[in-house]
Amino acid sequence: MDDFMLRAFAAGVGVAIVAAPLGSFVVWRRMAYFGDTLAHSALLGVALGLLLDVALNLAVVLVAASIALLLLLLQTRRDLATDTLLGILAHGTLAIGLVAMAFQDSVRLDLMGYLFGDILAVTVGDLWWIWGGGGCVLLALAWVWRPLLSSTVHEELAQVEGVPVLRIRFGFMLMIAMVIAIAMKIVGVLLITSMMIIPAAAARRFSVTPEQMAAVAALMAVLAVLLGLGASWFWDTPAGPSVVVAAVLLFVSAQSLPVRR
Amino acid sequence: MWLPRPDTAPAMPADGATLIDAARVKTLLGGRTVLDGVDLQLSAGEIVTLIGPNGAGKTTLVRVVLGLLKPDSGKVWRRAGLSLGYMPQRLQLSENMPLTVDRFLRLNRAADADTFAAVVAEVAIAHLLRSPMQQLSGGEHQRVLLARALMRRPQLLVLDEPVQGVDVIGQAELYALIARIRAHYGCGVLMVSHDLHLVMANTDRVLCLNRHVCCEGHPESVQRHPAYLELFGMPVRDGLALYRHHHDHRHGVHGDVVESGDERHG
Repeated sequence: MDDFMLRAFAAGVGVAIVAAPLGSFVVWRRMAYFGDTLAHSALLGVALGLLLDVALNLAVVLVAASIALLLLLLQTRRDLATDTLLGILAHGTLAIGLVAMAFQDSVRLDLMGYLFGDILAVTVGDLWWIWGGGGCVLLALAWVWRPLLSSTVHEELAQVEGVPVLRIRFGFMLMIAMVIAIAMKIVGVLLITSMMIIPAAAARRFSVTPEQMAAVAALMAVLAVLLGLGASWFWDTPAGPSVVVAAVLLFVSAQSLPVRR
Repeated sequence: MWLPRPDTAPAMPADGATLIDAARVKTLLGGRTVLDGVDLQLSAGEIVTLIGPNGAGKTTLVRVVLGLLKPDSGKVWRRAGLSLGYMPQRLQLSENMPLTVDRFLRLNRAADADTFAAVVAEVAIAHLLRSPMQQLSGGEHQRVLLARALMRRPQLLVLDEPVQGVDVIGQAELYALIARIRAHYGCGVLMVSHDLHLVMANTDRVLCLNRHVCCEGHPESVQRHPAYLELFGMPVRDGLALYRHHHDHRHGVHGDVVESGDERHG
């Protein structure tokens, strides 16, 4: 097997291990659409990064975090329903990103790569980002696990019990922004949320505790990466979408298996 | 969490049993006055019930007392180091979250093994510990929430609509349980209710709220107070007592209790 394929597996597995446990919280907090919005804003981050000559991963994290903050502010004004706001921000940032990228002749060919991922072009530097950044996110997630879980169940109850819920909520959003930045190369901005949500949804039936669900979700995601990249190798299908298709197939087969109680 | 600084808080009330002393609390939400000049005192061992129509500001007052919401004007004094137990309205847990009752009760890490066992026995939920939270009936759900609040050995128990989604017999039992808990732990209790009649037997004082305090006092006297009668439109006159029964729920097709949202008197 070629080097680029080994790097692809290493990158995919790294993203899977981080995205799936975080995705479990996205599922529990009913924030799938929020994740999508941040993911779409990543393209704007890429465009700005190219324009200002800033490291793309950094630009993506910054833009996604700003969009998260903007959303928090707009929510407190209550002029529009949250799902409407999310729709505006998701597609607004995606469209602005696309338009801004059109000014960059050199990247026009790469656009598909940003939208759907380009896992076969992963470099050693990307791997450092994925395993380093991903490791940081996992450590942070473990660090805030209990208060995050508590505020996911009931935010005000957690607050009365002394959990700093606003800080936790913003930290969680930052973690999502980080995962988007590192996962963009693998599955692309349009499919990132699927790597968070589908493995978690597939894991639900086999779990009795939140920790179990997060761990099983990570396993499912790794399996999806292996299957998807394998399919891509043998049948020459696009790698990112193949991984997502594999995740969907895992989810569907999970539904037909008996529930563990 | 917002806590009053010593320089802004009123002088400590003379009565050493006082847990909460809120004075002239005014709260605006979205430009609308939700609470206007509300006073509320609560002492250890006392059960105070807030009643009032929808939108009267009951939950807002609860949030002010808990420190979740800072009033726009007025002062809230809390006994220093006051430990709070909070029972929110029904949880909206995602079906996708695997969470047993046992785990839910341990989320706050506050209780030692003895306290845990004592509380579980007190609210009679030992048989539910391994059940998923999402499969509890209305009454079970509320008892579990109450248990979570008690795990912190609270000096003040704050209950927002504790009998929500519970059938009438269960409601009376739950109110009696709350009264027993008060007697056992000696804690103060502040609770929100929409039905004076069910809560009457188990409350010391009633605060009838409609953005301001309409009337306040012993449940028997509030029941006859003109402001209460005007608010709830329930004429109870000597010699002309209408037969009433209360439904605050209806039954679903499987016989489970379903919230109906409005209250009917017939």
